Amino acid sequence: MSQAQVQDKPRRAIESGVPDNQQYLHPLLKKNYGNWRYHDRPRPGVLHHVAHGGDEVWSVRAGTQRQMDVHTVRKLCDIADQYADGYVRFTIRSNIEFMLAKQERVAPLIETLERQGFPVGGTGNSVSMIAHTQGWLHCDIPGTDASGVVKALMDELYQEFKREEMPNRVHLSTSCCEINCGGQADIAIIIQHTKPPKINHDLVANVCERPAVVARCPVAAIRPALVNGKPSLEVDEKKCICCGACYPPCPPMQINDPVYSKFAVWVGGKNSNARAKPTFMKMVASGLPNNPPRWPEVSEIVKKILYTYKEDARAWERLSDWVDRIGWPRFFEKTGLPFTKYLIDDWRGARASLNASTHIRF
Amino acid sequence: MAKPMHPTPMLDTLETGPWPSFVSGLKRLAQDKDYVVDVLGQLETSYRTRKGYWKGGTVGVFGYGGGVIPRFTELKDDSGQPVFKDAAEFHTLRVMPPPGMHYSTDILRKLCDAWEQHGSGLIAFHGQSGDIMFQGATSENVQKAFDAINALGFDLGGAGPAVRTSMSCVGAARCEQSCFDEARAHRTVINSFLDDIHRPSLPYKFKFKFSGCPNDCMNSIQRADMAVIGTWRDNIQTDETLARRYFAKHGMTELVNNVVVRCPTKAIQVVDAKQVKAGPTISSVKVDDTHALQIDNRDCVRCMHCINVITGGLAPGKDKGATILVGGKRTLKIGDLMGTVVVPFMKLETEQDREKLVELAQKIIDFFAENALEHERTGEMIERIGLVNFLDAMGIDADPNMVSCPRTNPYVRTDGWDDEVARIAAKKVA
Repeated sequence: MSQAQVQDKPRRAIESGVPDNQQYLHPLLKKNYGNWRYHDRPRPGVLHHVAHGGDEVWSVRAGTQRQMDVHTVRKLCDIADQYADGYVRFTIRSNIEFMLAKQERVAPLIETLERQGFPVGGTGNSVSMIAHTQGWLHCDIPGTDASGVVKALMDELYQEFKREEMPNRVHLSTSCCEINCGGQADIAIIIQHTKPPKINHDLVANVCERPAVVARCPVAAIRPALVNGKPSLEVDEKKCICCGACYPPCPPMQINDPVYSKFAVWVGGKNSNARAKPTFMKMVASGLPNNPPRWPEVSEIVKKILYTYKEDARAWERLSDWVDRIGWPRFFEKTGLPFTKYLIDDWRGARASLNASTHIRF
Repeated sequence: MAKPMHPTPMLDTLETGPWPSFVSGLKRLAQDKDYVVDVLGQLETSYRTRKGYWKGGTVGVFGYGGGVIPRFTELKDDSGQPVFKDAAEFHTLRVMPPPGMHYSTDILRKLCDAWEQHGSGLIAFHGQSGDIMFQGATSENVQKAFDAINALGFDLGGAGPAVRTSMSCVGAARCEQSCFDEARAHRTVINSFLDDIHRPSLPYKFKFKFSGCPNDCMNSIQRADMAVIGTWRDNIQTDETLARRYFAKHGMTELVNNVVVRCPTKAIQVVDAKQVKAGPTISSVKVDDTHALQIDNRDCVRCMHCINVITGGLAPGKDKGATILVGGKRTLKIGDLMGTVVVPFMKLETEQDREKLVELAQKIIDFFAENALEHERTGEMIERIGLVNFLDAMGIDADPNMVSCPRTNPYVRTDGWDDEVARIAAKKVA
């Protein structure tokens, strides 16, 4: 075989799967693997773990923009080489952590990170970085941006990231469609479409697998139809719940609208089993405009909820625990948000969310 | 030097304010790459028109059917040409991270070099499924980028109707609450399903997540078709030095209001240090010379709250393992579903234990592949057929830990009751 032929042949992938993390562990983590005794937090943004054998490690957590250019990653690597023996890890909320073998490195590292623009915080009862999605930067079905919404909101919540002043930890998420890749959170910001899809009937037959699209609709509002002599799909707009489920399998059913795709705000999602069982979040506001580049109307509602919670909740109450105690009428009263008929569930299983009792708060 | 920037007045406002700015990062990349100049141009257009302009397509690497998210621009001029021609293709490579997302700076630098050479230079640590997302490569460069990344020991993750990339918490590497070796379980399971990751052929996506304790830092209960969450069967462990240290700092008011009152099953009490109960299911620890905490572990549901507050003073037991929950997912199509208990407890200490976990996962995926409708998640499938049919297929006996309460309606045919009681009795004897 000639050299040219060898080069033309595609390289076969090494199906190595998930890499072993042992090679990437800080030596102190490797040494004390599975043998930690307790931790405390000497200051916001710093975790101090103590192993059964007496070893101690200080982890300094800093916020990042998640979508990072290679220069930013290299800058973080330089910092890790200088202070953290050349190892880092990332949290589920895109914070970076530097593990330090010596306590005296903590203060200089924090100083360096802050000077380079990386806020130190996100631990314990702080507002951590927002779990988010792709948005206009990369998604094929986004109703809005993700990184921009997050940047705008984290600018406003910057001090809450750096301090531990909340009753308990606060997790936020944003999602640029109702699929909600951002996930459950104490406060979630999610696109809520308010009009049925606009259908380009010229394209449906060629682009969409029509039975699959019909099957995708949660309320059976889509049916095959001939429109202008072409096979297409039509939507029963009285039934349509504007969820956008038909849009990914059938892009000619455009659900995103610059005006009518709004934001809704949800509260009280919790994944942890601590205290109450895990909970789904509940919609408490909707109809907020999609207003780039800084989405001020959304920030205002989020901050209103957040600071009402901060003021009123007791220590260790997550947002859902707080509402459990004060009740939904008081939640709406204290936050000043209107309780509308749209917040009464009518989807399957909705009866479980109705008040089947005389437990009334006055 | 790249070509001049397009005006980006809206994105420019996202360079102000104290939080790190992704726009500044993109602009730095745009100094060297025409590619990113045009990505910024398209993104600014989205900000102005409030519309997205990427569509999917088919782009992959040799031998794999998934793992690359193709993106082609839909922002065309009147003649059908891309408005931002250098960003006409902007594909993402989803790459599986090491468990716990630990990295050496050496490997991060090598990944950066590979991506700077073949891609846009934009990397997301990490996507919502846990992937390192290498964002932005042309169709021509996808294979080259993958070859370079693959040579560094990293592999593509899942996309489409496939087993997906997984995540595990920091776990045993740096957490005292870790109840199993999350990283080993994560690798053992996921690396057993590489074919189902790289060659999508399931009814829909299937996600695993691994959390070391019921705090569930990986949010597995609402995001994973199969959630592996650490727990323990025996008594909460205690450490008097650390319990006393907590009490000395926080006092009786906080101990009562923040620990005792918040126990969901009232399993924990403050008692007179001289009257602590003894017994095989009692944990107790003195907080000072006259007071002690006493826990009846039969009433404890392993929620983690008291352990979170008095970390180290109280700790998970020694007989550790995991609870397996199946069926978590978000809204589409039938509404949100949490995973629910399918295996209340299994040990995860030995290779054999982990093999059993893989066997269970294989059984669930096989059943899912056979029985789920197109675009139906495991939770929706179980909702449709009922948990009992699913358990029968898995060969798992019903257990009261699987329900919040027994059924509240009589709409069930029970003529098999006596046989079932006899079967359970016979099993107990054997």
